[in-house]
Amino acid sequence: MSDYLLISVFPCIMEWQKIQKDCKDMKPENKNAFKLGMKHGWPIGVGYFAVSFALGIAARNAGFSALQAGVMSALCSASAGQFAGITLASSGASFAEMALMELIVNARYLLMSCALTQKLDPKLSTGHRLLLSNYITDEIFGLSVTAPGTLNPFYSYGIISMASPGWIAGTVFGVIMGNILPSSVVSALSVGLYGMFLAIIIPPARKNPVIAILVPLSMAMSWFFTNLNNAGILIISEGNRIIILTVVISLLAAVFFPHKEEPSSASSAAEAGQEDKNKTAPESGAAK
Amino acid sequence: MKTLYWQYILVMASVTYLIRVLPMTFIRKQLKNRVIRSFLYYVPYVTLAVMTFPAILSATASRWSALAALFIGVVLAFFGQDLMVVSLACCVTVYLAELFL
Repeated sequence: MSDYLLISVFPCIMEWQKIQKDCKDMKPENKNAFKLGMKHGWPIGVGYFAVSFALGIAARNAGFSALQAGVMSALCSASAGQFAGITLASSGASFAEMALMELIVNARYLLMSCALTQKLDPKLSTGHRLLLSNYITDEIFGLSVTAPGTLNPFYSYGIISMASPGWIAGTVFGVIMGNILPSSVVSALSVGLYGMFLAIIIPPARKNPVIAILVPLSMAMSWFFTNLNNAGILIISEGNRIIILTVVISLLAAVFFPHKEEPSSASSAAEAGQEDKNKTAPESGAAK
Repeated sequence: MKTLYWQYILVMASVTYLIRVLPMTFIRKQLKNRVIRSFLYYVPYVTLAVMTFPAILSATASRWSALAALFIGVVLAFFGQDLMVVSLACCVTVYLAELFL
């Protein structure tokens, strides 16, 4: 076991040393790319802080400690994925359920990852790819993929240096405040994340008739199966309900009403996070 | 039974990272299949809707305050209000509703 671990970890260490060396004698163009990334990244960091604060409240309600929530945010950086995980953890789901849930909720990152790899120099080292991969979020991907020409990874690192600390700090702060604030305020803050979800799923429903049907339909089906479960007619765990409904409804919609994509968009999946992107639009304009 | 938070986090992080890292390191082609692309496009909307309702009803102290917040949130989001505005309005709605309930 330990030998296996050593074999698999060793190449990573070599790559990390390469990156560290790259950073030490950072070329001026990399330094500039990093600075530009920081400039574009700070509004994302602010937005992330607010969203992950709400996530921290949810994590605290599910019994996560501040440290656990912070580590989770550092490793996952995915709002819907983390919220689904929190929901499943609090309902005592199995690890298989948890893995399947994450696979489905975060499936869109597969698409973004496929798109982002096209933007990279084919010779870019595996170390850079391993590091960049951890931060493929709607917003960081959106900025990285719209940068002109081949993506300099240091531009993305600049964004990440602003965005990721905001994401982690917000989560930790959310848990801490959830423990300190009076229960009436915590109760109020507990809907904050749902409010954000509504702000993500409702506006596109005005433009896209398929989403206009999918959103209320999904809610209705979710409610229906929850009631069946509560009445003891069809016992189905919360995790499985979310997994099955997501796959069945999305798949039926994809087969019968495939999404018409604008030819210019590198990945339409990024639109799901457009609220935060809109906020940073004036900033990212410079990158285009 | 004690909830296995660290183990859950490990599972979440592993799966999430694998999804992101595999195409970046191995696949270098774009996904072309229209149904798969559409599926991936619809998933966030469907899953967020499924997770929001009816779970929102049990997120607060009273289901009526949550229902009021849901209504306010949907209306504000429909009229294009900013993410933070919608979120804070939902929180304020719950707080005010629970003062009077």
